[in-house]
Amino acid sequence: MSTDGKPYAVLAEFPNPKALYEACEKVRDQGFSDWDAHTPYPVHGLDAAMGLKPSPVPWFALVCGLSGAAGGFLLQTWVSVSAWPLVISAKPLFSWQAFIPVTFECGVMAAAAGALAGMLYLNRLPMLFNPLFNSQRFEAASDDKFFISIEASDPSFDADETSGFMQSLGASHVELVRD
Amino acid sequence: MGNAAFKSYTEADQLSYPVAERAPLVLGGNDFHGVTEVVTGLIERKTPWQWWVAFLISVSMLSIYGISVAYLVYEGTGVWGLNNPVFWGWAIVNFVFWVGIGHAGTLISAILFLFRQKWRTGINRAAEAMTLFAVVCALSFPTIHVGRIWLLYYAAPLPNQMSAWPNFRSPLVWDFFAVSIYGTVSLLFWYTGLVPDLATVRDRARTKYRRLIYGFFALGWRGSNRHWQNYEVAYLILAGLATPLVLSVHSIVSFDFATSQVPGWHTTIFPPYFVAGAIFSGFGMVLTLMIPSRSWFGLKDVITVRHLDNMAKIILLTGSIVGYAYAMEFFIAWYSGNPYEQFAFVNRAFGPYAWAYWTMITCNVLSPQVFWFKWCRTTPWFLFIVSIFVNIGMWFERFVIVVTSLAQDFLVSSWDYYTPTLVDLGCLVGSFGLFFTLYCLFVRFVPQVAMSEVKGVMKASDPHYPGWDEAASSEPAAVAHIQDAQSEPAAAEPAPADAAEPVPDDPVPEEGGE
Repeated sequence: MSTDGKPYAVLAEFPNPKALYEACEKVRDQGFSDWDAHTPYPVHGLDAAMGLKPSPVPWFALVCGLSGAAGGFLLQTWVSVSAWPLVISAKPLFSWQAFIPVTFECGVMAAAAGALAGMLYLNRLPMLFNPLFNSQRFEAASDDKFFISIEASDPSFDADETSGFMQSLGASHVELVRD
Repeated sequence: MGNAAFKSYTEADQLSYPVAERAPLVLGGNDFHGVTEVVTGLIERKTPWQWWVAFLISVSMLSIYGISVAYLVYEGTGVWGLNNPVFWGWAIVNFVFWVGIGHAGTLISAILFLFRQKWRTGINRAAEAMTLFAVVCALSFPTIHVGRIWLLYYAAPLPNQMSAWPNFRSPLVWDFFAVSIYGTVSLLFWYTGLVPDLATVRDRARTKYRRLIYGFFALGWRGSNRHWQNYEVAYLILAGLATPLVLSVHSIVSFDFATSQVPGWHTTIFPPYFVAGAIFSGFGMVLTLMIPSRSWFGLKDVITVRHLDNMAKIILLTGSIVGYAYAMEFFIAWYSGNPYEQFAFVNRAFGPYAWAYWTMITCNVLSPQVFWFKWCRTTPWFLFIVSIFVNIGMWFERFVIVVTSLAQDFLVSSWDYYTPTLVDLGCLVGSFGLFFTLYCLFVRFVPQVAMSEVKGVMKASDPHYPGWDEAASSEPAAVAHIQDAQSEPAAAEPAPADAAEPVPDDPVPEEGGE
């Protein structure tokens, strides 16, 4: 809320998803890099309107899932063959068919944890503070309003010029957010 | 409010909608802000007295559980009605019952998500919470049934003082993994869905502690679309993982029985039959919980009668599958030519536990058949009554499977009749207390409808929704209100003008009859 901090971003508010969507396309075409849209729900098609690349989260889930399944299988094999060799119903010690359910469960557990952890890592969350929270209007980003923020770190950022650009895109309110 | 893009739909609209267009999922003309108000209002307003009544009853029941378990641990499992040959009694019955209840939550949250069933958004949060609490109740029974609960860690593959390890060829060990991982993944899935809504509660918080506590759990979520992109993919993956997981869990629970030699348990139909029964019982419990809470908490615009209608259809389907499985068990018993198998099933229907068997048939097979009629599916009080029958019936199904098969097994000389004791009853009633206590806390402190998902399935959520063009053309004022805000130092002052507020005088023509 301080008035003397460094400029952090220009924050433009849009009343509805259509206005936001069209504005995002223009911001993308303008060549900005450090910018983002903020919406109360994931707006359909906005990834393309922003020109985002596909999310790498599936790779986290795949690698973790396969490691988890392999780890589960190896644990069972080691326990049954080496650590505690028990002959049950005259079955071989390495009765891999019986190990499948636990292998599957371990794989699912690790893949789920990997997907969540990968998502949080890529989003740099948890990060409880962000300068955008200095804006009171930004509270509506989790309710019913739609925002575009263009950060001061962007090479083509200029407080006045960027604000004017956002107004020309039909923003219903534009403000400069400070650190 | 009063935005022209959000039309006011009624229940009648929703039920008589033409097939050509998808029926609306949110009623009453709520816009995005209206959804936020309806849902967060529940945890921001003064606690309704009905909540206190429900909470006190639940906590009283929970205390019965505490007393029963304390006595059980002090005295040993002999205080239950177990005998020789019925070594598995109500503890296992209750365990299977509660695990099954959980399955509906995962079905709604994961499987219906993969099938793009948008109506799930109204009920998925509460159904997933129900899953979690049901799994907590379920896990409590294997925990206490070992008697010496301080030795429970033997079930986990941990180094211990006896250098003993679990036997991984045993379905009971599979079960330990399946149910505990199911609980954990359900928690991750539920929490992931919760993060954006916790951010909404944080942003609306007017006291410091609310802001700090909800802010902590919201992880700093700021609705960023770069975040949403990863979030949606992670959510899809979690749904894709939870789907085979939930099917595996009750299959593995059924292996506890099916891999044994006991007549009446040793059947290949068990996994699909258990999964169908689990979904059936879970939807029964979802209705039992949601019909009162949607009316007490004013959620009728979001959890609409159409949701109830859809759930009733699933109950009808899964109830019929369960009925088919009952019949098929008899057929296979006869067709197998195995006299023990044949006896087990004839004895179920006409032996000493015939009363339990026919209770099960009445509640599970006959009662859902009323849902062929639309009135029965769309009348909440009637649905509530049938949902209670479903709960009772599915508890009895597990009782019939566990007890009748054991009580009259191979040798006539070892037969015995199983009768539960007061401690058994205390554990059953008490587990309901645990379940309802957790559910009461949930509805009081957590947004019980997934707001961000509901907003995302409203017609107006689509940027290409024609209503936005009409709204824009009818309120040119929205564009004229741009403030030259870049000259303002910061946003310390509130909104200079409510730019989007002006209400158009003439409502935009409905486009419903196209």
